[in-house]
Amino acid sequence: MAVKTASGAPARLPGTAPAAQGLWAWLNKRMPIDEFISTQLTGYYAPKNFNIWYFFGSLALVVLVMQLVTGIFLTMFYKPGELTSFDSVEYIMREVPWGWLIRYLHSTGASAFFIVVYLHMFRALLYGSYKAPRELLWLIGMLVYLALMAEAFMGYVLPWGNMSFWGAQVIVNLFGTIPAIGPGLVEWIRGDYGIADATLNRFFSLHVAAVPLGLLLLVMLHLVALHETGSNNPDGIEIKEKSGPDGKPLDGIPFHPYYTVKDVVGIGVFFVLFALVVFFVPTLGGLFLEGPNFEVANPLSTPEHIAPVWYFTPFYAILRAVPDQRMGALLMGLAVVSFLFLPWLDRSPVKSMRYRGWMSRTALTLFVVSFIALGYLGLQPAEGRYVLLARIFALVYFLYFFAMPFYTHFEKVKPVPERVVYRAH
Amino acid sequence: MADSAITAGDGVDLSRRKFLTQATIATGAVGVAFAAVPFIESWAPSERARAQGAPVELDISKLDEGQMTTTVWRRSPIYVVRRTPDMVARIAGHDELLKDPGSKSSKQPAYAKNALRSRSAEFLVLVGTCTHLGCLPKTRFDAGELYPSWPGGFFCPCHGSRFDLAGRVFEGSPASINLRVPPYSYPNPRTLLVGVDEKGAA
Amino acid sequence: MRTDTARVRRSLPAVLAWLAVAAAPLGAWAAEEGAGGAEGSAKSGADWQSWRAGNDVSDSASLQRGARNFVSYCLGCHSLKYERWSRLGSDLAIPGNLLERDLMPPGDKTTDYITTTMPAKDAEVWFGKTPPDLSLMARARSRDYLYQFLTTFYVDPTRQTGANNLRLPTTSMPDVLSELGGLKKAVFKDVATPGEGGRVGHEQVFDHFEPLAPGRLSDAEYQAFVRDTVNFLDYVSEPTQTARRALGVWVVLFLLVFTWFAWLMKREYWKDVH
Repeated sequence: MAVKTASGAPARLPGTAPAAQGLWAWLNKRMPIDEFISTQLTGYYAPKNFNIWYFFGSLALVVLVMQLVTGIFLTMFYKPGELTSFDSVEYIMREVPWGWLIRYLHSTGASAFFIVVYLHMFRALLYGSYKAPRELLWLIGMLVYLALMAEAFMGYVLPWGNMSFWGAQVIVNLFGTIPAIGPGLVEWIRGDYGIADATLNRFFSLHVAAVPLGLLLLVMLHLVALHETGSNNPDGIEIKEKSGPDGKPLDGIPFHPYYTVKDVVGIGVFFVLFALVVFFVPTLGGLFLEGPNFEVANPLSTPEHIAPVWYFTPFYAILRAVPDQRMGALLMGLAVVSFLFLPWLDRSPVKSMRYRGWMSRTALTLFVVSFIALGYLGLQPAEGRYVLLARIFALVYFLYFFAMPFYTHFEKVKPVPERVVYRAH
Repeated sequence: MADSAITAGDGVDLSRRKFLTQATIATGAVGVAFAAVPFIESWAPSERARAQGAPVELDISKLDEGQMTTTVWRRSPIYVVRRTPDMVARIAGHDELLKDPGSKSSKQPAYAKNALRSRSAEFLVLVGTCTHLGCLPKTRFDAGELYPSWPGGFFCPCHGSRFDLAGRVFEGSPASINLRVPPYSYPNPRTLLVGVDEKGAA
Repeated sequence: MRTDTARVRRSLPAVLAWLAVAAAPLGAWAAEEGAGGAEGSAKSGADWQSWRAGNDVSDSASLQRGARNFVSYCLGCHSLKYERWSRLGSDLAIPGNLLERDLMPPGDKTTDYITTTMPAKDAEVWFGKTPPDLSLMARARSRDYLYQFLTTFYVDPTRQTGANNLRLPTTSMPDVLSELGGLKKAVFKDVATPGEGGRVGHEQVFDHFEPLAPGRLSDAEYQAFVRDTVNFLDYVSEPTQTARRALGVWVVLFLLVFTWFAWLMKREYWKDVH
C-alpha cells in the first residue's frame, strides 16, 4: 500500500529507516491513515480550473483554527463578569506578556472570518455551487454561517464595553417581537430583567465551548458533503462526467499536491494583508474595534450611534428600513434565511454566471451593490436621505432572491462547453 | 494517459521541486516557531503577578524575643523568628544528627550559608514551606518539646520532617534539604525587607 | 469645613470668569496690539472642527512633557487606573528617583496604578458627574476630539463652572487650563433654518472666538502644551503601540518572503498541469 506522489515516484520518509516504516505500518493496521490520504488527498480530484474565488474555503479553515487557538489563550486571562470583564481585557492588553497581540489577532480574526466567508459565499452565487447535487453542502454552509453570526455576536458582548452592552440590548430585544412568546423569551435569554451579569456569563460559556464545538462539527459535515459530490468549478461543469480509463476525471487534478501547494500561497497572501491590519491599523478606524467599546458598559448612557460590527450592518440596515419593529425583525430574519432557498429559487439550466444571460448577471451585480450599500447605510444614523436609500436597496436585495425563479427561467443562456476552460499558470 | 490534466513526464525538475518544497517548509517552520513564542511567553508571570511579587517590608521592632511572625512573599509564607540567645545556643552541638549541616544542597543566599543560616544571630528568615512536599512546618521552639533531646526548631505535621532553629533538616525526616532562605536585607535596624538584597530586587 | 472649601472652589472659576469679563475690553485691546501678524487658529476658531492633534507617540520628549502636564493639571481629578507608575517610568525612560520626586504623589508605590485623590462621590456632588478615568479616552473618543476639547473652552456666565465647551457642550469640567491658554468668549450667530410646515426656525451657530484675557502661554505654546498632553493620553490608551508597529515591519517582511517561496513552489508543481 505504497503512497505515491503525483509524479508516480513512491513517497519516501526522510532517512527511511526500517523502524519508521514499521511504525507507519503498525498505525495503519489500526487506523485508516494511508486510506484517508489516498482517498481524500492524493486521490481526491478537484477541477483544474479553480480561480481566485476558490481560495476562501481553505482560508476560512485557517481563520477558524487561528480563532480557536487565540481564543483558548484569551480565556486563560479573561475573567467573565460585569465587574471584571472590561478590566480583564485591559489586563490582557497591558500586563499579560504579548496579550495585546493575542487580543488583536482574535479581534481582527473575527472580521477576517466574515470577509473570507462572504467572499466564499459569493463564489457559490457566481458559479451556482449551491445547485444540485450540492444543495445539502450549501445548507450546511448556511448553518455554519448562522453559527458564526451567533459566535461573533456573543464574542462581541464579552469585553463588556458600552457598545457590547447596547448592541446586546438591541439584538436580544428583537426576539421580543416574536408573537406571544416574545417577552418571555427575551427574559429567558437574558436571565435577568435587562442585559446583565447573567447574560454575560452564559454568552461566555456558549462562545467559548458550545458554539465552537458546533462549528467544528458543522465544518466537518461541510467537508464530508463536499467530498461526496466533489467541487463545482468556474465553468459549472460536472468533471466526473468525463473520466479517463483510470476512472479519474479528465479535467481533475489530485488535491494533494496541487491544491495544497496553491492554497499555501493563498494563505501567505492572506497573512500579509492580515498582519498589515493587526500591526498597523487593528481598529481599522472604528470598523473592527469600535470607539464606544473602549468605555465600560453603562446601562444609563447609550452611545450616540448604536451600530453592530460591520459584518452585521447589511441586515441591520434592513431592520431599520422598515418602520414597524415586528416587520423589521421579520424582514431582517428573512434577509438571512433567503440564502437557504437559493437551490430551489434558481431555475437556470446552467450553473455558472459565465454562461448565464444578462438578467442573472445584472441581478447578481445589483445584489452585490445593494449588500455593500446596505452595509454602509447600517453604519450611519437612520436619518434623512439614508432611510429612503436603505428602503430602496432592501427592495433590490429581496428582488435578487424572489424574482430569481422568473429571470433564471426566462433568460437566454449561452452554450456550456464540454470541457473546462483552463489557461496554464 | 492522453487528455488527462497531469503530465509529469520530461521537463519535471525533481531536484528543483524538492529544493523549493524544503525551502518553503523550512521558512514555514521558522514562522511557526516565531508565532509560538508569544503564546508560550504569555504564560510567564504578568505585570500584575510581578507587582504583587514586589519586595515586602516588615517592621521587626515590634517582634518579641522568641516569637515568630509570618508574612507572604511571592505566594510563599515567610517565617521571621526573633531568636533568644538561648535559642541561638541550641543551634550548635547536633551537627551529626543533621542531613546537611553545612547547607551545601539547600537554597540560601551567600550571607545565609553559615551555621545560623542568617545575616544576624537575632533574626531568622525562612521560607515556611517544608522541603518535602510543601506543607507549613509548625513551631516547636522549646527544648525537649518533641522528645527529651529535642533542641528546638520546626516540626512538619504532614509527614513528620524536623528542622532545627536554623531551619536545617534532621536525619530521619522525609525532607532531604534544609528550609529555604529568601533574599532579604535590613534597610534600617527596625525594618526587614524580603525580596531585596545586594543583588537588587529578586 | 469641607463643604465651605468646596463652595469656594466651585465658585472660584465663576469669580475668575467674571473678573476676566470685566477686564475683557482691556485684555482684548492688549491682545490685539500684541498679536501683530500671528493669526493662530485659536483667535478666530471658526474652523475648530478641523483642528488635529497632530501628535507623535514615538516622540519621548513630548510624552515626558505630557506626563508632567497631566500630573500638574489633570491628576487632581482624573485617574489613569490601568497604567502603573513603573510602566510609565520604563516606557517614557524616566528614572525611578525622578519619577518619585517629580511625578508621583507622596505615598504611592511605583507598582501602584495611577489614581486620583479626589473622592468620586464628592466629585459627583461638586461637578454633577465623576471626572472619568482617562486611560482609554484617546481610544474611546479620539485624539483629535481630546485636542479640540482642550482648545475650545469658552467663558459662559450662565453655567456653574463659568465655562462651556464647543467639542462637548455643557461639559461638567471647568476650564482648568485657562491660566495657560487664556480666557475667550464664543460669539454665536443667528442662523435661520427651514423648519417643518414652512416655519422658519432659528439656531445659534458658533461663529468665532474673541480672546478676553491672555494666558501664561502664547497661542503656539498652548497648542504645543495640549498636543503633548494629548500625546501622553494617546500613549496611555495603548502603551504597546510603538512596539506593535515596530514588530509589524518584521512580520510583514517575513511573510512576504515566505509567500514568495510558496509561490515559486506552486509554480514549479503546476508545470505538470495542462
